[in-house]
Amino acid sequence: MLHLSTLVLSHFRSHKLARLTFDQRPVAIYGNNGSGKTNILEAVSLFSPGRGMRRASALDMTRRPESLGWQLQSDLVRNERIHQTKITSDKGAARRVLIDDKPVSQLALGEISRVIWLVPAMDRLWIEGAEGRRRFLDRITLSFFPSHAEASLNYEKAMRERNKLLKEQIRDAHWYRAIELQMAQTSIEIHTARMRALDLIQNAQDTATTEFPAAQLTLEQSEGDMPTLVDDLKSALEESRFRDMAAGRTLVGPHRTDMIGVFQRKGVLAKDCSTGEQKALLISMILANARALKDQIGAAPLVLLDEVSAHLDNQRRAALYQEICDLGAQAWMTGTEIDVFHELGDRAQAIHVTDADGLSHCTQHESCLI
Amino acid sequence: MSGAKDIHDLIDLMAKLPGLGPRSARRTVLHMVRKKSYLLAPLADLMQQVAASARECLNCGNIGTTDICDICDSEKRANGEICVVEDVADLWAMERAGVFHGRYHVLGGTLSALDAIGPDELRVPKLRDRIASESISEVILALNTTIDGQTTAHYIADELGSDVNITTLAKGVPIGGELDYLDDGTISAALRARKAF
Ligand SMILES: Nc1ncnc2c1ncn2[C@@H]1O[C@H](COP(=O)(O)OP(=O)(O)OP(=O)(O)O)[C@@H](O)[C@H]1O
Ligand SMILES: [Mg+2]
Repeated sequence: MLHLSTLVLSHFRSHKLARLTFDQRPVAIYGNNGSGKTNILEAVSLFSPGRGMRRASALDMTRRPESLGWQLQSDLVRNERIHQTKITSDKGAARRVLIDDKPVSQLALGEISRVIWLVPAMDRLWIEGAEGRRRFLDRITLSFFPSHAEASLNYEKAMRERNKLLKEQIRDAHWYRAIELQMAQTSIEIHTARMRALDLIQNAQDTATTEFPAAQLTLEQSEGDMPTLVDDLKSALEESRFRDMAAGRTLVGPHRTDMIGVFQRKGVLAKDCSTGEQKALLISMILANARALKDQIGAAPLVLLDEVSAHLDNQRRAALYQEICDLGAQAWMTGTEIDVFHELGDRAQAIHVTDADGLSHCTQHESCLI
Repeated sequence: MSGAKDIHDLIDLMAKLPGLGPRSARRTVLHMVRKKSYLLAPLADLMQQVAASARECLNCGNIGTTDICDICDSEKRANGEICVVEDVADLWAMERAGVFHGRYHVLGGTLSALDAIGPDELRVPKLRDRIASESISEVILALNTTIDGQTTAHYIADELGSDVNITTLAKGVPIGGELDYLDDGTISAALRARKAF
């Protein structure tokens, strides 16, 4: 089991001070538009490596007008062990993470907690650019393999170095080869992890009885195939050097990968599916991710579902709640009305968020029967 | 604060030192002032001397008080091995271990296109010269295992080519380390570098 048993938000966005306590059940958060619901989900998303579900800077998350900085505190409970986790930012400076009072790198969060999410901005995931799909895929991959974060950071770093050489028209072949070797090594790690993650998702979708339609997923490069050997990718980078110099950036590698989704049962590309079908595919993937993770690490991840409930018909919504409860996941869900959570009854706890003059206020309830 | 400008200037300067903040700087200065004769005065003398004499070794980049450092000056250390490190602190760490008997070459950083640090900024050409002039048979790359450190290591290896034997420090389980605390990368490096028991 993995869950948050406490969460304290201080000076975090619209929340000045919220002290919340939880048991293992899912959490239904309801309240008017702009009351501060998504802000709570964002806070939870920060208990995993990366920039959180809004990809915001520490400064953006600093409560205005005070602009003092912010702090999130949580007791993360994983298989009965409590990890006191604190994330702070001083006056908008970069985040610092402390686990059990020890300063650690952000990546250390990935060793304890796993957090996955679905947010309204992903509604257009299948029809917009590859970047969003790649980011979604990397989130999934990271949830299975925490070392994916480091490989990705290292790859990005090396690629920025190479792009700089390209832009400056530097022609030192030794320098390129040294960087390209690093890029090739990290690329293969990234690609292998992504492929393994897709396999896990595919398998978890195929073996479950679920109300949600399976997505069939493949990876595609913007051109050619992604080499699977370090040496092949190294040569591909070397061959591409001249062209890349003209473009001023690197044109081959895992940053050019796209994830293609197909509505499996119908054989229709996800991008050509109806709005509701596209969303259902994403829910199917998120649930599969949670099930596969539970198999892998013995605990379902924290699942953040922002404004998912309201857009589902009654049957699908009931099915989603049932699947979440069966998983034993502490899912965090938002909606403007408590009604959409009624079906959950006492299988979930609730928070009512209200807003007064730009200040969020939270009231906790034992169940969704309010 | 009246009449103590020098002391406060000293505190401000001390606070700029790595590892010290304003609070620890105040405490340090107060402590030194209280132990004036056996801390502050000798420290001031020594600092003056060091300021006058400290310099980079023209050969390897080590910090010493002469143009050529003790290590480069010692014939005993000319065993044909040269250990390439990023920083003087790394050289001193190797020396504390006392197991390496060759000479060093301090790069003074790592390659970084983004920070405009190229091979010429890093004493790489000098390394090439030294391999010939000091009849070096083995270059040991002891760079940090960061991306920049490794890029620099690969650069040097690639640049030197096959004229000289190039080795690198092993990566793996630290002595006294517990497996449970190691990250995936270290464990896989250690597993790849396993050897007969
Ligand atoms: N740094 C900040 N300081 C103060 N308030 C902020 C900050 N960042 C965002 N807010 C405010 O927080 C409020 C609540 O935002 P949030 O996204 O949580 O609302 P919500 O309850 O999810 O609303 P909706 O139902 O419309 O999605 C917004 O009105 C926003 O202006
Ligand atoms: Mg919202």
